[in-house]
Amino acid sequence: MGKVAEIPVIWLQGATCTGCSMSVLNSIRPSIANLLLEELFPGKHINLRFHMTLMAGSGEIVLEILRETKESFPNGYLLVIEGAIPTACEGLFCTVGEKDGKPTPFMELTKELTNNAIAVIALGTCASFGGIPSGRPNPTGAMSVVEFMHSNGINKPFVRVPGCPPHPDWFVGTCAHIVLFGLPKPDEVDELGRLKLFYGKLIHDNCPRRGYFDTGRMAHKLSDEGCLYEVGCKGYVTFSDCPYRKWNGGINWCIDNGHPCIGCCEPGFPDVMSPIYERFFEERLPKLKLDEATGRLILVTGQD
Amino acid sequence: MQKIVIDPMTRIEGHMKVEVTLDNTGTVVEARSSGLLYRGVELILRGRDPRDAARITQRVCGVCPVPHGTASALCLDSAFGISNKIPKNGVILRNIILASEYVHNHILHFYHLCSLDYADIVRAVSYTENDFEPLRQFASRGELAPFMPRYEGDYRLNDDDNKALVLHYIQALEMRRKAHDMLALFGGRTPIQAGIVAGGVTSQPTTDKVLSFYWRARELYDFIANAYLPDVLRVAKAYSDYFGIGAGCGNFITFGFFDLDGDEPDYAKRKRLLKQGTTDRSLKYEALDLSQISEVVRHSWYDDDGTPNPKKESAYSFIKAPRYNGITHEVGPLARLLVNYASGNEEIRKELEILMGELSIGVDSMLSVMGRHIARAIEAKVIAKALCDWVLKLNPDEPTFVPYELPSHAEGIGAIDAPRGCLMHSVRIENGVIANYSIISPTTWNGSPMDDNGQRGPIEEALVGTKVSDPENPKEIARIVRSFDPCIACAVHVTNLRGMLIREVRIFA
Ligand code: SF4
Ligand code: SF4
Repeated sequence: MGKVAEIPVIWLQGATCTGCSMSVLNSIRPSIANLLLEELFPGKHINLRFHMTLMAGSGEIVLEILRETKESFPNGYLLVIEGAIPTACEGLFCTVGEKDGKPTPFMELTKELTNNAIAVIALGTCASFGGIPSGRPNPTGAMSVVEFMHSNGINKPFVRVPGCPPHPDWFVGTCAHIVLFGLPKPDEVDELGRLKLFYGKLIHDNCPRRGYFDTGRMAHKLSDEGCLYEVGCKGYVTFSDCPYRKWNGGINWCIDNGHPCIGCCEPGFPDVMSPIYERFFEERLPKLKLDEATGRLILVTGQD
Repeated sequence: MQKIVIDPMTRIEGHMKVEVTLDNTGTVVEARSSGLLYRGVELILRGRDPRDAARITQRVCGVCPVPHGTASALCLDSAFGISNKIPKNGVILRNIILASEYVHNHILHFYHLCSLDYADIVRAVSYTENDFEPLRQFASRGELAPFMPRYEGDYRLNDDDNKALVLHYIQALEMRRKAHDMLALFGGRTPIQAGIVAGGVTSQPTTDKVLSFYWRARELYDFIANAYLPDVLRVAKAYSDYFGIGAGCGNFITFGFFDLDGDEPDYAKRKRLLKQGTTDRSLKYEALDLSQISEVVRHSWYDDDGTPNPKKESAYSFIKAPRYNGITHEVGPLARLLVNYASGNEEIRKELEILMGELSIGVDSMLSVMGRHIARAIEAKVIAKALCDWVLKLNPDEPTFVPYELPSHAEGIGAIDAPRGCLMHSVRIENGVIANYSIISPTTWNGSPMDDNGQRGPIEEALVGTKVSDPENPKEIARIVRSFDPCIACAVHVTNLRGMLIREVRIFA
């Protein structure tokens, strides 16, 4: 039996609702038990060293794991960040553990742990683009981990796995891609650093209700059969494979359930995607602009 | 005097710190529980289309998003004047989607968040049966993360019980996932469903879905009755001292849930599978009066006007302190169980009496760490059974949704019990948008800090008086805290509630 390569993973949770973690637990092939106990591929084992919702230990002894991982894996680890990084008020809106009796801001922990990381996986829309906590008026100065790294001069390769929450396949698939083929090559990701494999196609182009859209059969209230455009569907501007991958073992997804897509894996979620149940006016489209520095989709008002 | 700080408190939702002070006999004399993440979701809701609340508030908690979606939909229904007009299908589907979440939550809580405090997964790698092959393989690689490190000592299950617990820990990973799949049949997807909206539910109850749902619910019922409940008994027998640990404040409140009729507009009076009300150690049932709820912030990181202020001197938590009648109350499965026991709910009485007989304990012993686990398991069984009945009451030919006019000015309130306890959403709409939104979640109650009168929160109260056998490995503390199933993302809520008067409900900062 050859030696098994241990791939160390540290999974940190910042300003999150833990929905990303819950979603990843729903992975089917491989199951979460497969992922935790077995080799992902022969000879390669994902070694989940730190995860606040799953790990056995608490308190000081688990903070020790973070230090210990840096030492026993000098080549680094994969750093998964779930949740946004609150930066207002010296980062005190989210703290993890204490040092010398003072709470450690999540912001500081992130800085420290990105240093030795091989790469950062921004899991979920909050970590990828800021998401819900950064919604107007962004009370805690929350930002995506990518924006946070930029603004702190940290230069690490990253992959975004957005979704509120992301589909388990998007995360597990992105990990598998890294394990098998290394970090994604430029042509494998879109301009936002998402694997095209999962985020390459527009929902609207693959939607089972597209026939209704083309023939003008519109739902005028929720629960109606028909295209959901008039009741607010954002599948029109959202890139993901939901229509054919579907959710929870392929049994359903938002639009099949009669609910409009709310654009949960796009950089403009939630601000640009609301009001959720109002039509996404065509006149808004040309005014949308991607802010290079933050990776956020913003609505440009004024002459611009 | 010795201080123990547990930060991060893991295997709960979110960012929590627990700090206890021991006297020289090792007994807890003071305890503080702190929530350490603030996001300000209620502030983010202001100025938005009211209907968006049913989506955005689900992101308050990804472990239990459905209760927020449901409470929010009920809250909007009441603001839109349609709380008694939701079609029958819509009422049943909401119950079904939320009950699926309960089943998922209780399985997750017992096995994945708690059982590692009792079952010895490290000992299990030496078992020789075939079932343990994956674990042996895992251990043979020489890395035991994330099951190590942990607090050591006191893993006292015998090998037979330990085997059952460890195997079911793994099987339960699949069962909780199956509960989520079941939820998605009518919820669209999960976590964070896309089905429950103001006015009802978007999905249609077709025969194929009813069939599929029914058999999924049956499978989960079997797991709960034949694995989960027996496993809780195994732990309860081996750790019977935990019937005397972590009693808590002894006052209980529940808003009840699973609407059995949609005609009564007042949620505090609605007929529910698990009845709303309060009780205490005397087990006398009292009806619920929402106007007795208040919230204070002396020890919370908010200024008096509600502005978050993490540097406030007297404070130690982002959680506020809600009280009923000015007194600390515990919420959650134990509260629901005892209130329903006190009010004469036949099914709950029967289930509880059988278990108490088997364990030779009285109702008093239920006020404890083990009592909370037992309450949760009984409830899971009752709810899984109800799911099998409800799904057959759906009618594919009837509507699931009722249209409504958006008011430009209105107020609304939604009150239900989430898996972890009382959940209240309230909204004020002005000029067609949200002017104020407020949420009081279960862990706001259970995880609350000391109030302005010096009364501790329920978790703190449950910790005081506990003897810690080994301060290096404070297992007793961790077990007590986890028995409440804390959820910090839910608990931390906001800001300027002063002056927000919603009908009979008085909430002040
Ligand atoms: S339902 Fe949405 S994604 Fe589907 S066709 Fe209509 S607008 Fe496009
Ligand atoms: S359909 Fe839209 S809202 Fe639903 S999960 Fe996919 S991207 Fe998110």
